[in-house]
Amino acid sequence: MSANQVALWYLVASVSFILALKGLSHPTTARRGNLFGIIGMAIAVVVTLAFIFSTTRNVAMILVGIVVGGVIGAVVAQRVQMTQMPELVAALHSLVGLAAVLIAIAAINNPAAMGLPNPIPIGSKLELFIGTFIGAVTFSGSVIAFGKLSGRIKSAPVMFAGQHWVNLAIGLAMIGFGVWFFLAPQDGHWFPYVVMTALAFLLGVLIIIPIGGADMPVVISMLNSYSGWAAAGIGFSLNNPMLIISGSLVGSSGAILSYIMCRAMNRSFFNVILGGFGAEPGAAAAGAEEKTVKSGSPDDVAFMLGNADSVIIVPGYGLAVARAQHAVKEMAQALRDKGVNVRYAIHPVAGRMPGHMNVLLAEAEVPYDQVFEMEDINGEFGTTDVVLILGANDVVNPLAEVKGSAIYGMPILEAHKARTVVVNKRSMAAGYAGLDNPLFYMDKTMMVFGDAKKVVEDIVKAID
Amino acid sequence: MTATDPLVVNLIVFVLAIFVGYHVVWTVTPALHTPLMSVTNAISGIILVGAMLAAGPAAFDWGGWLGVAAVALASVNVFGGFLVTQRMLAMFRKKEPKAKPSAPE
Repeated sequence: MSANQVALWYLVASVSFILALKGLSHPTTARRGNLFGIIGMAIAVVVTLAFIFSTTRNVAMILVGIVVGGVIGAVVAQRVQMTQMPELVAALHSLVGLAAVLIAIAAINNPAAMGLPNPIPIGSKLELFIGTFIGAVTFSGSVIAFGKLSGRIKSAPVMFAGQHWVNLAIGLAMIGFGVWFFLAPQDGHWFPYVVMTALAFLLGVLIIIPIGGADMPVVISMLNSYSGWAAAGIGFSLNNPMLIISGSLVGSSGAILSYIMCRAMNRSFFNVILGGFGAEPGAAAAGAEEKTVKSGSPDDVAFMLGNADSVIIVPGYGLAVARAQHAVKEMAQALRDKGVNVRYAIHPVAGRMPGHMNVLLAEAEVPYDQVFEMEDINGEFGTTDVVLILGANDVVNPLAEVKGSAIYGMPILEAHKARTVVVNKRSMAAGYAGLDNPLFYMDKTMMVFGDAKKVVEDIVKAID
Repeated sequence: MTATDPLVVNLIVFVLAIFVGYHVVWTVTPALHTPLMSVTNAISGIILVGAMLAAGPAAFDWGGWLGVAAVALASVNVFGGFLVTQRMLAMFRKKEPKAKPSAPE
């Protein structure tokens, strides 16, 4: 197979990847989109395999690698729980990063095998440096993110004095060793390369540790972007358009998701990266004791819901933690059977990654046409009889509309405009933003304390 | 016109691909952002192509073993990413799965 034929097949595969992303514009076309993605990948892999076979005949070890990795990937994909999706995605990012570093090392060791001139020209060394650096940061950063998401590492931000200066110094040192690597002769370039790679790994750790648990949706999107740029960087090193195109698609996708998440939290990207936010939930709830809240029982809620014409459910991550999605779906179904118009309102940061809550509801067999995004449903709260808030806090905090408050300007679900508001929480602790929520003290608000699953199950019983 | 440097061609491809990615990704519905992430996980597994080149040199040395390791890592992404995306997308249904008349409950 000639290089030109390979390149043309890569074009077909690239178009398939674009169609895969395009399919995700609607749930009805999404599965076909995923199929396009699989076809594109199959084309790229088979063509590359044929190309290698036609040149070196050494494909046995490649197949072994694919089988080993493929089996692991398939098993993990079957077993992972939907609440663990953020961890899985972080873990997968780290693998791309590490693969990029390994490929760069292999390319320096044996340039000819990767189609590079020997000795490697400075331009290619620069590309290898970039691929290695992004790959290493993606790897170690994703490992830390994985640790924080899965609870293996404390999710609180780790800060120390002069942190940003340390990062800057390491970054500059890394570039310094990079330059040494460019200029070093063939037999002396391993030392600066290894030091540079080690510094990049360290930098990845230091970039992620100061970012708190609440900002994980941004972190995970950002690392998604990095993993794409790592692939693109290796594509530049190997002059491989397939890697450049796919890497760029993934890189821009992650960047857009990061932007969307930042906007939903009303934070600038730099504010998130510099870190230290999302520290201790409940810290600022102290002043709350003097105000009184009206609390009620699940029976009261069932009565209110049963008499309502329209109900909007606002699920938060607390709902997923309590594994109450199925109970909520049953409640919604019971109400629908009584003729109540039940809908769900999803804030962009309702879960721990973009779109997480939609997946959790879909898993509980909630039909997606009952689930609405913030922009689409915010106008409806004013005409809604009951809003039921389950395990959400900051995303419905009306302080976001008050000038001077810490979350001023953050887009919220306008639950406070509904005729009555029911809030289920475990306690009066504040949310991630550490802010008290005036919604809880409104006259039309009823608080129901307790575990979301237990409360919703009791409501279902009372409705029947 | 003399032959274009491959770096220039790569840059052209790179910039145009970013534009395509930017415009396509904005059309993705927010409800499917998690599947978007897992499918891009799978797509970034395309680094498998680079790993395969590293794992199949004419003379197989320690660099080849690094390539094989990279092939395995990237394959986890490819298979894991596409399969978990498929699993998630299968959950997105429009109609409530009503119990059939014959079924219990």
